[in-house]
Amino acid sequence: MIWQIDFWLLVILIVAAVTALSLHDLLGAVAALAAYSFFVALLFAQMGAIDVAFVEATLGAGITGVLFIIALFLTKRRTED
Amino acid sequence: MIRQRYQSIIIQSICSLLIPFIQLFAIYVILHGHYGPGGGFQGGVLLAVSVLLQRLYLGKEVAYQKFPPKLALALGAVGMLIFGLAGIVPMAFGGSFLDYAYLPLPGVSGAELRYLGILIVELGIGLAVFGTLVLIFDNFIGGRW
Repeated sequence: MIWQIDFWLLVILIVAAVTALSLHDLLGAVAALAAYSFFVALLFAQMGAIDVAFVEATLGAGITGVLFIIALFLTKRRTED
Repeated sequence: MIRQRYQSIIIQSICSLLIPFIQLFAIYVILHGHYGPGGGFQGGVLLAVSVLLQRLYLGKEVAYQKFPPKLALALGAVGMLIFGLAGIVPMAFGGSFLDYAYLPLPGVSGAELRYLGILIVELGIGLAVFGTLVLIFDNFIGGRW
């Protein structure tokens, strides 16, 4: 385990999470959330849990992104708060 | 709604180029799942993602012709049936639930039989997950596109 990789993955992870929370354009927030789950998957893979990383990459970056985008197109794209 | 926004030749050609490779990788993940990372669930999700990508860029009419929702329902049901049979058939032949060593396959026995049994279960799980995720998408978006 290389601590530099761990450290920078965690930094990118936190940046992606804060970006997803603070964006007002919800499509961009969905993209940031997909990036967040992809970096979680990288972190899992780096810690040796390949199977969990696979599930996180397919579900987090694939299916939930598609479902969120459909929900956005059925409602509207910007938040009001 | 979606169809009018993404009538772009770049997106259409990239997606139509990408989808066969996603499906090939999904089938590899399902069939390779019992001796490597991956398995039925991940492969089924990848297959479903390829079909959902097709629905997103083609629009309702063409995508429903290429892959009708009834087919997703049928494939999910067939997957559940495969899983249930792989569980119940060994019970009828003297084992317990999902005990692959008692599957009545002629010509194979022992470790090879267990190997084939987990492959059958992974195939069933993959089909069930695939059908269920496509059905979730279809019911979610309903008739509103």
